[in-house]
Amino acid sequence: MAVTPETEVVRGIRSDYKYGFSNPDEAEDYFFKSGRGLNHEIVEAISAHKNEPDWMRKFRHKSLDYFLARPLPTWGGNVSDIDFESIFYYISPTEKQAEKWEDLPAEILDTWNKLGIPEAEKKYLAGVGAQYESEVVYHKLQEELTKQGVLFLDMDSGLREHEELVKQYFGTIIPQNDNKFAALNSAVWSGGSFIYVPPGVSIEMPLQAYFRINAENMGQFERTLIIVDEGAYVHYVEGCTAPVYSSDSLHSAVVEIIVKPRGRCRYTTIQNWSNNVYNLVTKRAVAYEDATMEWVDGNLGSKLTMKYPAIWLLGERAHGEVLSIAFAGEGQHQDAGGKVHHYAPRTTSVISSKSISKNGGRAGYRGLLEVAKGADGARSKVVCDALILDEESRSDTYPYIRIDESNVDVGHEATVSKIGEEQLFYLMSRGLSEAEASAMVVSGFVEPITKELPLEYAVEMNRLIQLQMEGSVG
Amino acid sequence: MALLELKNLHVALEDGTEIVKGVDLAVDPNEVHAIMGPNGSGKSTLAYALMGHPAYEITEGEVLFDGRDLVAMGPDERAQAGLFLAFQYPHAIPGVTVTSFLRSAINAIRKARNGGADDPIPVPEFRKELLGQMERLKVSRDMASRYLNEGFSGGEKKRVEILQMAMLKPRIAVLDETDSGLDIDALQTVARGVQELVSPEMGAVVITHYQRILNYIEPDFVHVFVGGRIVEEGGPELAHKLEAEGYEAFTPVAVGEGES
Repeated sequence: MAVTPETEVVRGIRSDYKYGFSNPDEAEDYFFKSGRGLNHEIVEAISAHKNEPDWMRKFRHKSLDYFLARPLPTWGGNVSDIDFESIFYYISPTEKQAEKWEDLPAEILDTWNKLGIPEAEKKYLAGVGAQYESEVVYHKLQEELTKQGVLFLDMDSGLREHEELVKQYFGTIIPQNDNKFAALNSAVWSGGSFIYVPPGVSIEMPLQAYFRINAENMGQFERTLIIVDEGAYVHYVEGCTAPVYSSDSLHSAVVEIIVKPRGRCRYTTIQNWSNNVYNLVTKRAVAYEDATMEWVDGNLGSKLTMKYPAIWLLGERAHGEVLSIAFAGEGQHQDAGGKVHHYAPRTTSVISSKSISKNGGRAGYRGLLEVAKGADGARSKVVCDALILDEESRSDTYPYIRIDESNVDVGHEATVSKIGEEQLFYLMSRGLSEAEASAMVVSGFVEPITKELPLEYAVEMNRLIQLQMEGSVG
Repeated sequence: MALLELKNLHVALEDGTEIVKGVDLAVDPNEVHAIMGPNGSGKSTLAYALMGHPAYEITEGEVLFDGRDLVAMGPDERAQAGLFLAFQYPHAIPGVTVTSFLRSAINAIRKARNGGADDPIPVPEFRKELLGQMERLKVSRDMASRYLNEGFSGGEKKRVEILQMAMLKPRIAVLDETDSGLDIDALQTVARGVQELVSPEMGAVVITHYQRILNYIEPDFVHVFVGGRIVEEGGPELAHKLEAEGYEAFTPVAVGEGES
């Protein structure tokens, strides 16, 4: 397969994107690669290659039928240019998963080193999964956690080794026909994380999954299932990058999370795809009695992101939070947001969205807050703030609210601001360049969300914002 | 030649309205210049124009800083060269703490003075300096972790402006009505904070409506500013005369043309 060298990168893509390198030698040398395009033969080949149980094989085929039958969404962003026929739906770069970084092929290890993942694992992570194209090529969990019964595997291994548990939950939170892209993922899923945290186990350091697309026209469809048992806690962090190519790749994940009574799950995303990736992801969690679910969603990269992490509050006093940052630069459209459904009494939620657009980018908040009949005493607060950095850029807010219960306390605030000439002048009068001054205003704007992140991720988020800001003004 | 030199400076708004109508001024380190004038005389416009505010255009004349043409420089370059403006109405920067802002500003200036290569101030040195200056200016410790100017009282804003000045160590500091809105205790603290910094390293231009700040900052030169021009110059005694007699003597035309 021809791989576009970095030097031929199309104009208009973020010139400061640091992760746009690709690995051309490796792309020629994959262990298993499907042909382009999508049909039942490809689905069959993926399932057979993975040696899956029959129920999963059937699930995939049925999902493909749903995918083919469903029309493309006409709301949100423009997905009509996605060429489903030119995409590679499954590429396995290695024959088997490594438990030591040095067991990986040199080129792949080089990529992970450039991204700093082995280093981060040593310093502050309890476990790491590293997915390259369709497969998780490296996976490791601290021994201590294994002893406590924590499961942290790639989804394929999860299915092989814990089939009953997977079967019980897989596709129950996000049905295979939920939407066109969830159906696509259900048909061709590969990789992703499977996590089970036993009752009462609290994992102090984050578990991190890292998703890397290397090949051109790649479709990455990881599938994640997280089960947090009663009174347990986990913080799961995902990061993602891809090379810069002149043609598009597609990332379409499905993430399902179950938080049992008194459990707590925090799921943090730092999405930094290159500007040729369509990022169309379905994420949904259910939270039972006194459980807490938190989505912290940072979207800085991609061509188009459509992602609205959802929480169904099903048990009394369950609490949900969606904290979202969306940053759209030139040629980018971030259609992000969140959904919270209150289905039990005294449930509480917060949706806080910060969107930033610059250089003609388009960023917005699209969200749904639902309070069902019977969710007596539910409380919710939705705050969406937009910051527009120049005249060419755009911000949209679509805050849907549906309330069928009378005894509720629901608040909604929205602000749109432009970066002020006076603010910039003030900061510049202290010696900061225009770009530094703008970056400082933006960092401050998103601070209510970045301060929720562990230090390393807050630093990373701020660094990515700085990179996004560089060259944007002056 | 003085460190800061204004020669026949004219400043206009974007719509062409001329506010500053030919000002000559020369300021050196170790000097305190008071620019006194009534509201609407164009004092603040002069201050903003010196710092490079984009809404004010220099239509005639020149400004030299250390022999360099200040007009060709952006506000950031002026700050890096050693010019400072204490704002009359400092802007809030939500989400950015005083500490983080000050460190970024110091590092930006150090970088510029290091030929564009990063030269960050060591954190212990920064902390020591910050705590020392906060104590000297009676800025409470908790201010360091508050968001810059957000929810600050008028007095807190002015103190933090002077704190910034003390931390950034400019060669010429312009104080735009720093005395306004301060009670007498705050005024003393702030004024002494400035006075202590005036040295062979730094000169100050104190822009004010009232004489009272000059009780604590002894000016070497007093310039009476009316209708966009310096109409009278003298020593400290001129300030006292103004206090006693008001600006009427200097306002043959109606005060209030242009904006403050």
